[in-house]
Amino acid sequence: MSPGQPRRFDWHRAALWSVLALFALFFLLPMYVMVTTSLKDMAQIRDGNLLSLPTAPSLAAWSTAWSSACTGVDCGGLKPFFINSVIMVVPAVLVSTMLGAINGYVLSKWRFRGSETMFALMLFGVFMPMQVVLLPMSQVLGWLGIANSIGGLVLVHVIAGLPSTTLFFRNYYVGLPDELVKAAMLDGAGFWRIFWRIVLPLSTPITVVTLIWQFTNIWNDFLYGIVFSGAGSKPVTVGLNNLANTSSVVKEYNVDMAAAMIAGLPTLFVYIVAGKYFVRGLTAGAVKG
Amino acid sequence: MGALSIRNVRRSYGGVDVLKGIDVEVEAGEFLILVGPSGCGKSTLLNIIAGLDVATSGTVHIAGRDVTHALPKDRDIAMVFQSYALYPNMNVAGNISFGLEMRNVPRAERDAAVQRVAKMLQIEHLLDRKPGQLSGGQRQRVAMGRALARNPVLFLFDEPLSNLDAKLRVEMRAEIKQLHRAAQVTTVYVTHDQVEAMTLGDRIAVMKAGVIEQLGTPDEIYDRPATRFVAEFIGSPAMNVLAAEPASGGVAARGIGLPLDDAQRGALAASGATATLYGLRPEALSFADAGLPGTVTMIEPTGPETYALVDTAVGKLTARVPGRLRASTGAAVALRWSTSEVHLFDARTERRIA
Repeated sequence: MSPGQPRRFDWHRAALWSVLALFALFFLLPMYVMVTTSLKDMAQIRDGNLLSLPTAPSLAAWSTAWSSACTGVDCGGLKPFFINSVIMVVPAVLVSTMLGAINGYVLSKWRFRGSETMFALMLFGVFMPMQVVLLPMSQVLGWLGIANSIGGLVLVHVIAGLPSTTLFFRNYYVGLPDELVKAAMLDGAGFWRIFWRIVLPLSTPITVVTLIWQFTNIWNDFLYGIVFSGAGSKPVTVGLNNLANTSSVVKEYNVDMAAAMIAGLPTLFVYIVAGKYFVRGLTAGAVKG
Repeated sequence: MGALSIRNVRRSYGGVDVLKGIDVEVEAGEFLILVGPSGCGKSTLLNIIAGLDVATSGTVHIAGRDVTHALPKDRDIAMVFQSYALYPNMNVAGNISFGLEMRNVPRAERDAAVQRVAKMLQIEHLLDRKPGQLSGGQRQRVAMGRALARNPVLFLFDEPLSNLDAKLRVEMRAEIKQLHRAAQVTTVYVTHDQVEAMTLGDRIAVMKAGVIEQLGTPDEIYDRPATRFVAEFIGSPAMNVLAAEPASGGVAARGIGLPLDDAQRGALAASGATATLYGLRPEALSFADAGLPGTVTMIEPTGPETYALVDTAVGKLTARVPGRLRASTGAAVALRWSTSEVHLFDARTERRIA
């Protein structure tokens, strides 16, 4: 529309916005219910109006969920589980992303006989159902002596994440001109120096994508968390499950909702902070790969 | 001992021979051009010299040292790529000094080298910029600066001007020539542009299908092309080549006699060729009152000279005449040439007879 033209009501645009608003509402409604319920007291919840705003908003349920709600026989809230998750997620995300970057660098810029086959085989890992590895992995963790520990979970998540991180970085690096690597070789840089000084500094978008991807997957994982963790190493998803399934005299919906919010907030936070990189990086990779 | 010796270098990729035995000796300070159509193996040869590709057999010596199996970084060479391959994450100064940094040259020396090179290439005001903020010509300069900073024994250029527009290409061509004259570093320069080849090279290697068809000075290549391919590849518009049979007093095409001088007749008889190719450069043809009759079918004025396509009894011939052409399309003309301008090739081997 040229600036001089008078603005007319655009039916097409109005329809588009209405549909978008409707879908946004549809997807945000559960979130709204969770947040409002977590701020209500049990008396108001028993009134039964799911959509009403809290009459006396309070963070009491959040505080209970964090530090004193019962999960089974322990009544220490989600806090220990949350801490376990943090201790597990940080190294698992960093290590799997780093290894994925190195793998992608080798598979795109230092091809060798059979490297394409190796990449194709690694792709199986992206599509392989998680359940397949449960038994062999528990065997391996047992041999390594890290069964039921956070260290064991980190290892599982690093291995499970490698195919995806490798795929992301490899497809991104295919788009980097080979001549950059050749020029650096002529300049006297070796394998690692080219990686650290040239390739990695050019990887910001795909690194952010991979970090978000891995963080979300590992933080939200429940299956590996429940199978491979021990008493002191359960991640927050398992904690939330136990909390919600622990029956007391009354079902405290506000505490359940607050706990679910606590468990979900880190991924939400990561998306909000780095989301624009995520979209940008995904499309960049898609076009170039 | 030359600055660069390539001896019987072959390269095949899974049964496909890309280079079929290349032998080149390059003297110190010489500017050698590798020219040829795409797929002729010139870039592969350059990569083998650089160490970015390995020869299937044969040896490469740089400054008397066998570097056939040496790593690129141990060859003391610098290369300018077609895409420039500047490091996007570093500024211009960082790009220029990266090679020195990798070779553990102290900071002060690096800074001095950057200043020296920047001054030489007039890019002092760009040192803090990132490659993304530079124009094509400026990137080209930085790429050359990166190569110059290290004082290598050998410069390699891989079609460095093909991403520039026509005007800038001519400017940079002149600049490369001046730089080479000033620095006197042995240079191997790959191009598919025959004008670049003729203007820049001390010697030119014309390549086709993995073989050097001819290696010589620009004058030798232009005046005495060794094969039909070289004759047609170098020169624009391309040389007129007519199929002709030996006949009494010379050769004949479609029954029309084409003149040869005594020496050419002697060479033809000695060669025993039964079919020949009679080549005439467009500028060898001139319009005259008498000669080979024909009709002008197309006129292409370029300003300083005019190309005229003339339909004759022996085939279509392109003539290149200085200035404007007075004749118009459809005019009946006569073409004349001197036998000293004739290039005669054996039609079977396509090699030069005289």
